[in-house]
Amino acid sequence: MMIKRSELWQLIIIHFKELLREPGVLFWGIGFPILMAWGLGIAFAGEKETKKDIAIVNFGEENNLSRFLREHTEMDADGRYLFTINDPVFGKNIFRFAPLDSLDATLGVKRGIYQLMIDNQGDSTVFYLDPANPEARLLQLQLATLIGERHEDDTFSGANTITLEVKGTRYIDFLVPGLIAMNIMMACMWGMSWTIIERRKGNMLRRMIVTPVRRQNILLGLMTARVTMNFVEAALLMLFAWIYFDIDIQGSVPALIMVFMAGNIAFTGIAIITSSRTSNTEVGNGIINFVNMPMMILSGIFFSYQNFPEWSIPFIQNLPLTLLADSMRSIINEGAGVAAVLDKTIIMSLIGFATFGIGLRMFKWY
Amino acid sequence: MDKELLISAKGLHKNFKKVKAVDGVDFTLVAGEYVALLGPNGAGKTTLVEMIEGIRTPDRGEILVRGLSIKDDRSELYARLGISFQETRFLEKITTLETVRLFASFYSQPEERIEEVIHLVGLEEKRDAYTKNLSGGQRQRLALGIALLNDPEILILDEPTTGLDPAARREIWDILMKLRKERGTSLILTTHYMEEATHLCDRIIIMDKGRFLAEGSLGSLLTQMKMADVAHFAVAGPLPDDLPQRPAGPAIEWDRATGRGRCEMHNVSVELPALFAFLEKHGLRLSDFEHIRPTLDDLFLAMTGRRLTEETE
Repeated sequence: MMIKRSELWQLIIIHFKELLREPGVLFWGIGFPILMAWGLGIAFAGEKETKKDIAIVNFGEENNLSRFLREHTEMDADGRYLFTINDPVFGKNIFRFAPLDSLDATLGVKRGIYQLMIDNQGDSTVFYLDPANPEARLLQLQLATLIGERHEDDTFSGANTITLEVKGTRYIDFLVPGLIAMNIMMACMWGMSWTIIERRKGNMLRRMIVTPVRRQNILLGLMTARVTMNFVEAALLMLFAWIYFDIDIQGSVPALIMVFMAGNIAFTGIAIITSSRTSNTEVGNGIINFVNMPMMILSGIFFSYQNFPEWSIPFIQNLPLTLLADSMRSIINEGAGVAAVLDKTIIMSLIGFATFGIGLRMFKWY
Repeated sequence: MDKELLISAKGLHKNFKKVKAVDGVDFTLVAGEYVALLGPNGAGKTTLVEMIEGIRTPDRGEILVRGLSIKDDRSELYARLGISFQETRFLEKITTLETVRLFASFYSQPEERIEEVIHLVGLEEKRDAYTKNLSGGQRQRLALGIALLNDPEILILDEPTTGLDPAARREIWDILMKLRKERGTSLILTTHYMEEATHLCDRIIIMDKGRFLAEGSLGSLLTQMKMADVAHFAVAGPLPDDLPQRPAGPAIEWDRATGRGRCEMHNVSVELPALFAFLEKHGLRLSDFEHIRPTLDDLFLAMTGRRLTEETE
């Protein structure tokens, strides 16, 4: 009963009540992301084809790969070997193998035309791929599985972790972790920044601090309520994706929780710094968009950022939203564990603590 | 016996860009005192109380509340103060009860106190209503209730009844009068309603352009400024031709056409009987009489050439 009377508990509970009494909040927080996942998932699957382009160097060498291509593919007008998987739910997946010389192949990979380059040196087939490109890694595993199944050959990896359902490679697989990440960002920015600005404008913040309340509890209460809601929203979206699209978490769940927390730390911190000064909701609107928009565009939520100019990629990869989306994708789709996402988790946490610290110093309570 | 000094502020200055919001003001509050800061909008009343509340820092000057500076002993002092701003937008979809409970948790007040306060400000019927569905008066009473949660020693209310209708204003006044009687609370109140200042407060400070123009009780203010009472009257029948302009006491201005007279009085207890004696002596019978007392608005007009209800540029 004591806990019920504590100020932090009251501050948390009051935010929950506010959220739950606003039906719009529930729709936009939970319903909308699910609808978006459903809509985009269907739109990009359905009848459409997903094409995967692979460059092959030294195609002439005789081995399982060459045999596989000769036996199971057909050639198109451009001299590419096409291998097609028809999935009843997710449509057509076409693998296009283009025999090229080494120079063209390298260039093509750099330009993002090919996700993967295979140097077919007889017995020692070598994969060239950008380790930062999750699609390429998946493609490698997929090919290993395709070829391995048909030729009882595990030269390519031996890993049977990815089945022919090609889970982890569909657009919806790419989309869902991105949507979760985006939702965390949006929820923190609008749910926290906007709330803080509104309360400052309506004198509610200053009304609260002319009492013996501990100021940090006001922010902590808001953050706790927001992060909990974010967790519920993410869990429901994941549940929907699992039931409807059969997406499951291939990597470590503790790692996913760790990344989720780090992302929330980053974005609650950013939300505090964003809302630390202004009491004008229109200015607030502008600042929030100023923070959100570049990440919405650059961070590869809906489409891979690999197509942006090469020099911009390292910058994009270190944006908080990219860090969160990429690490979630690597866990959900590629089976990554804690170690693989540790660096990103640390960067996100540091961003969060730094922005929170600076934001709190600048914070205008009245 | 000297009353305990609760607040003492000396030489307060606060500028906003080029505007001198508060321009060299000394202020004190003693225990049990109800003080009004009366002035038009823009007089600097809010800036002054916000400095006392510790949410604005004076450019110059010092404020001590019970001998402590609010910067150093924030939570100690906020535990003793009850504050209400001109307007607070409470969380819209949170009920009256929940709002009071939230603030009660800041003061570690028990559940009984929450009920007490809701009863005190008469919001029992609205305890489960969202704050957005409260009327202006109810919202101000909620704000007042929250300010009273900790049974404060000093209550600071910034325009608590601005924009309220007379009935709603009266309800707030009644709560404040009751508080003085039962709890011995001290009050600083800003207002631009002279009725509010005169009804509630023992000491009125008239403020304009960041300065104190005058202070004291209503009576002493009017005496200080030599504000005259005015008698307006009419007599039955025609006025005699030989009527003297200046009888023993007050000067009378006659309007012969209507038979009406006007008389300014600086000492009513002497001059009014003298006026009646004069009328009787000349066989004049009153058909109409009105005694108009000067108001703070008249006083403000005399001092500044503006009315309290006018905006300061």
